[in-house]
Amino acid sequence: MYMYYGITMVFFTVFWVCHIYIYINNMTLFIFYHVSYQNVTPFLCIIIALHSVEYHVLPCDICIINCILLLQVTVRDALNQAMDEELERDERVFLLGEEVAQYDGAYKVSRGLWKKYGDKRIIDTPITEMGFAGIAVGAAMAGLRPICEFMTFNFSMQAIDQVINSAAKTYYMSAGRQSVPIVFRGPNGASAGVAAQHSQCFAAWYGHCPGLKVVSPWSAEDARGLLKSAIRDDNPVVFLENELMYGVPFEMSEESQSKDFLIPIGKAKIERQGNHITVVSHSRMVSLCLDAAAVLAKEGIECEVINMRTIRPLDAEAIETSVMKTNHLITVEGGWPQFGVGGEILARIMEGPAFNYLDAPAVRVTGVDIPMPYAKILEDNSVPQIKDIIFSVKKTLNA
Amino acid sequence: IGYGLLTSRFLSDLCKCDLHKLEEGPPLQAVLTREEGLQYYRTMQTIRRMELKADQLYKQKIIRGFCHLYDGQEACAVGIETGINLSDHLITAYRAHGYTLTRGGTVREIMAELTGRRGGIAKGKGGSMHMYTKHFYGGNGIVGAQVPLGAGVALACKYLGNNEICVCLYGDGAANQGQIFETYNMASLWKLPCIFICENNKYGMGTSVERAAASTDYYKRGDFIPGLRLDGMDVLCVREATKFAAEHCRSGKGPILMELQTYRYHGHSMSDPGVSYRTREEIQEVRSKSDPISMLKDRMLSNNMASVEELKEIDVEVRKEIEDAAQFATTDPEPPLDDLCNHIFYNDPPMEVRGTNPWTKLKSVS
Repeated sequence: MYMYYGITMVFFTVFWVCHIYIYINNMTLFIFYHVSYQNVTPFLCIIIALHSVEYHVLPCDICIINCILLLQVTVRDALNQAMDEELERDERVFLLGEEVAQYDGAYKVSRGLWKKYGDKRIIDTPITEMGFAGIAVGAAMAGLRPICEFMTFNFSMQAIDQVINSAAKTYYMSAGRQSVPIVFRGPNGASAGVAAQHSQCFAAWYGHCPGLKVVSPWSAEDARGLLKSAIRDDNPVVFLENELMYGVPFEMSEESQSKDFLIPIGKAKIERQGNHITVVSHSRMVSLCLDAAAVLAKEGIECEVINMRTIRPLDAEAIETSVMKTNHLITVEGGWPQFGVGGEILARIMEGPAFNYLDAPAVRVTGVDIPMPYAKILEDNSVPQIKDIIFSVKKTLNA
Repeated sequence: IGYGLLTSRFLSDLCKCDLHKLEEGPPLQAVLTREEGLQYYRTMQTIRRMELKADQLYKQKIIRGFCHLYDGQEACAVGIETGINLSDHLITAYRAHGYTLTRGGTVREIMAELTGRRGGIAKGKGGSMHMYTKHFYGGNGIVGAQVPLGAGVALACKYLGNNEICVCLYGDGAANQGQIFETYNMASLWKLPCIFICENNKYGMGTSVERAAASTDYYKRGDFIPGLRLDGMDVLCVREATKFAAEHCRSGKGPILMELQTYRYHGHSMSDPGVSYRTREEIQEVRSKSDPISMLKDRMLSNNMASVEELKEIDVEVRKEIEDAAQFATTDPEPPLDDLCNHIFYNDPPMEVRGTNPWTKLKSVS
């Protein structure tokens, strides 16, 4: 009995870190937190171990590795798993981009995939975005299902002609003869300290174009379900990730662990119910909105936080339904204000049934209308902060 | 007279190709059979007459927008197609009517697309520059963008292991595009089965090759990619070179580059008279000395492979086919308005598309 107990403890201390233990009656409750290792997903586990010597029970009763109470997965790992599963499911799926293979991905999103699938399916490209994006589109036209990674979407500007003119428009121009089942993915928007040329948000640019679907996940579950949907979609999908979200862990429901877990493109999710004001956001800003909502809740203001999940097609109906309930609206995004995602949402609300329900003008919270500066104090003040969201909510409610 | 006196096959001398990083080139002789000769003649003549008819219709304002005509370059499209299989793949730029035909489109569909009718090969939604058939990826409007696409098609061929290749065409103007060099690099690195073909018609719109390129040896511009340069007005030369190149690709050696020296009689497009940057004498000289159709005709007649009447008969048949097609193209109705928003996404449920104002909601199906 002791030996079994001892061996299990050794095993777990190698890969697990014991955070706390509670001594209850004659039993010690050990709570372990898994340290993320390669592709093994972390989860919390409760081990009930018998502490007392007098207790005579069979080994199988002693160390009960309890059911997985919570599954915590980072956005990075969720993306990785999604790609892994889709690569396994469909032979025609392959990944190409800079450093995706032997380097395991510039941000380690494709870690382990080259080792598993090899050169044929995980392809390192030279630093030639226009060329390899075009190659990816051509491969999609000829029957494969490429995932084309841009190291960041800033570099997609070099290849934007291929995304728009070769991918997005082709199904229409050919009157349905030629489809382009491709996913363009990579980090989008502001990061930390990377300055002006590496911080642009492209949601509005790509969201502008018919023929594209544009997706912007926030949580790990979003990342997983939406990436799988994007890869299975027979059309060009621009998949906007966020570098600052890659390392953030989220709880994943059991349902979301299924290999066929898909989140439909084009449907928003209400992350937090509320009655006083609708707060619409996408990507990393959803985190800030939820934090702001928590603070506001203490003052009795209940925000309904909507995670857009998809930029195009925009789920205007979800936003309208919410606005018709709360009568107030703000949008929150990291990108620049002019001609942006918030602008589109406000225009749709104006044009749609929800306008008459507004008790105050809807407003946008956006990044500051400047190229991104480097110095931390300047950078911090270039993107919406929680206080800006709180301020805008209060202003809207008091208007 | 009798056809019995005609030669059924003839061994023709071919032009010698200039070679780059190649030990050997295509053969210097090739057999042309009577059937082949007649078929090439018919197809080239069809392209010629189709393009001239398009010229007419454009001047009557029945064709609008862009119209880039291929007359003069027929030997390229026909020669290339005879060097590959229909199961292979091909992509080109906007001077694409000839290739749409050789890749399986009909004259009717092509002309109706030019006139923007529902019977067009792209249902009237693409126009001159956006025609597609099976294993033919257009028709591409952005200069040079088709080259990486073609290499991507070749990547798919290699990936799927189907022994197919991709012919990827571009012009002397496009040859200076950066993305083409990016493509050379990747195609060579990954040994993609891609034949890059530069149709050098000496002018990129109004700019002659000498004024646009520091090196006009386009067949060498692939640097580490082996290349050959040949007379693009001789359909047999083009055929043999294409066969040679296809064999190179299929054997896994990677990409190869061909430069076809050719000429277009029309200006860059219908809005370019084509005489401000070149002389009429130059155009006339090419017409009289190097016309691809005349060259083939002379070759067949002088080797007793066809009779004058026979070829005339083909001319008459072709003319009739073009007339019928033009008739169709001018009488077929335009696409219905409810087709406006269709074909945005493939395999998607029907969706709503915003019209020009918020009250107009249009329907879109896949």
